[in-house]
Amino acid sequence: MTAQNDIYALEIVRLNKSFVGLPVTQDVSMTVRPGERRLLLGPNGAGKTTLFNQITGEILPNSGQIKLFGQDVTKLKPHQRAHLGLSRTYQIITLFQNDTLQHNVAFGLLGLMPARWNFFRPMSQHILVEARRVLGLVGLEHLADRPISEIAYGEKRRVEIAMALAQKPKVLLLDEPLAGLSSAERNTIKKLIADIPRETSLVMIEHDMDTALDLAETITLLHYGKVIIDGMRDAVIADERAREVYLGH
Amino acid sequence: MNKIWFWVPIVAGFFALLPFVAGDFYVNLGSQMMIAAIFALSLNLLVGYGGLTSLGHAAFLGVAAYLSAWFTTRAGFGHGTAALLSIIGTTMCAALFGLIALRASGLGFLMITLALSQVLWGLAYRWVSVTNGDNGMAGLTRPMPFGISIESAASFYWFALIVTVAAFVLITVFVSSAFGVSLKGTRDQSRRMAALGFNVWMIRWITFIYAGFWGGIAGLIYVYYNKYIHPTSLSITSSAEGLLGVIAGGSGTLVGPIVGSVLVTFLKNYASSYIDRWNMLLGFVFMFIVIVMPDGIVPGIRRLAGRLKEPRK
Repeated sequence: MTAQNDIYALEIVRLNKSFVGLPVTQDVSMTVRPGERRLLLGPNGAGKTTLFNQITGEILPNSGQIKLFGQDVTKLKPHQRAHLGLSRTYQIITLFQNDTLQHNVAFGLLGLMPARWNFFRPMSQHILVEARRVLGLVGLEHLADRPISEIAYGEKRRVEIAMALAQKPKVLLLDEPLAGLSSAERNTIKKLIADIPRETSLVMIEHDMDTALDLAETITLLHYGKVIIDGMRDAVIADERAREVYLGH
Repeated sequence: MNKIWFWVPIVAGFFALLPFVAGDFYVNLGSQMMIAAIFALSLNLLVGYGGLTSLGHAAFLGVAAYLSAWFTTRAGFGHGTAALLSIIGTTMCAALFGLIALRASGLGFLMITLALSQVLWGLAYRWVSVTNGDNGMAGLTRPMPFGISIESAASFYWFALIVTVAAFVLITVFVSSAFGVSLKGTRDQSRRMAALGFNVWMIRWITFIYAGFWGGIAGLIYVYYNKYIHPTSLSITSSAEGLLGVIAGGSGTLVGPIVGSVLVTFLKNYASSYIDRWNMLLGFVFMFIVIVMPDGIVPGIRRLAGRLKEPRK
C-alpha cells in the first residue's frame, strides 16, 4: 500500500446525534480509504440516511468528528464540503423538474466552478457540452434536451448519478440508487456504479443484496443508530449477528 | 434570449410614441406605470426567481424617496449627489434587511420583510423632526439630468421610460447569467443546490441587495414624479400592490411584472375615476386572473397561444 492510504478519504469519529431525545446516531465511527467501496446496511430506521446527512452537513451532529482526507469538516456548511470533493445522491429523487437533463447535470458542474458567480454572462457553452458528455456516460444523451418531468423514473435515477459523477467527487455517497427499479434497470445502474473510477471512494446505502454485495468490499451494519459490525464483506456476511439483524430475513 | 434583445428597442420605441398621441393625463398615467413596472421588476427578482415572497419591498422605494427628499431639502445637496447617496443608502439598507430576513424562507421570510417595512413606516410617521410625519415632505423638485428639464409630462415620461428600459435590460442580464441560473436552482431545490456546492444563503443575499437597489431606483423616480413623499408609500398597501403586479403578470417571467403593474396602475388610477369601489374591481380582476390563468397573464397567454398553434401543425 502506498503512503497515501495512511489518510482516510472519509473518517467518522464517535458521532452522536439525537432528535428530541431519540438517539439516531450513537457513537458511530467509520473509515473509508481512498477508492474503497463501502456498503452501509441496516434495517429501516437504523439511521443510515441520517448518517449521510451528517456527513454532507445538512444535519449537524451533537458530538463527534467528521474528516475528509484528514481535514476536520464537522463545522463546515454543505457547499463547503462539496468543494472538498464530497458528493451525494438522494433516495428520494431531488432533481430540477422543469429543467432539461442537460441543465440538471450542468448544475453539478457549475456548483464547483467560479463561473457560478458570473452576473453578466449565461452559463458557458462548454459546461453544456460537458454535461451532455456526462449524460452519455449514463446512456441518456439522447434525452438531454427533455425536461425531467417527461422522463421515466428509472432514467431519473440515472440523472441523479450523472449529477454526482459530473462533479468528479473524491467521496460519493449513494443513497439507495436502486430504489424502486425493475431488475433490468437495476443491472444498468449496477454496471454504472461498478464503472465509477477508483479515484472516487464510494459509500452506498442499498437494500438490494444481490446487487449491493457484488459491488461492496467492506460493510458497515447499523442497527438503532449503532455500528453492530464493521469489516470485510465476506466476514460480515458470515457473521451470526449480521444474519440476526438484517441478512436473515 | 436574442429574441428579447430584438424586441426591446421596438417595444420601447412604440411606448415612446405615447406623448404624441395622448394627452397629459394619459402620459402621466404612463409615467406611473413605468414606476410601478420598475418596482415590480425588482420585486420579481425575489418572488419569481428566488422563490422568496416579500411583503415589505416598499421599504426600499420609501427609503430612497425619503433619503432623496431629505438630502435635497434638509441637507441642501444637489440632485446628483442626493440621488447617489440615496441609492447607496437604500442598497445598504437592503443588505442589512437581507441579513435579518434571510434567516428564514417561505412564510417566515414574508413576515420578517413585512415587519421590517412596518418599522420604517412607523418611523416615517413618528420621527416628525426628520420626515415631517403625517404631513409628508412637500416642495420637492425634479432633477435636470444632463441639463434637460423633465418638468413637462412628456419629458418626464420619456425619462421614466429610459430608466425602465435600463432596469429591464440589466435585470434580464442578471437573471439570464450563470448566477441567475443558480438563483433559480435555489428556488427549485435549495437543498440539492447546497450539496452541489452552491452557497444558497449568499446567492439569496446578493439577490436581495440587487432587488433593493432597483426598488430604490423606483423610489427615486417615484419621488421625482410626485415631488412629495408620505409615509403611505412605505405601507403594506404599497408593497402589496407591487406583489399584485408581479403575480398578476406572471412571477418568474421577464415581462410579466411589467404587464401586471401596468394593469394594476391602470385600474387604480383610471378605473377609479369612474368607479368608486375600484378596490373591489381590482379584486374581481385578480380573482379572474387567479382562476383563469393561475400563473399570471404572460404565462397564461403563452399557453393559450401554444394551444392555438397546435392544431395547425
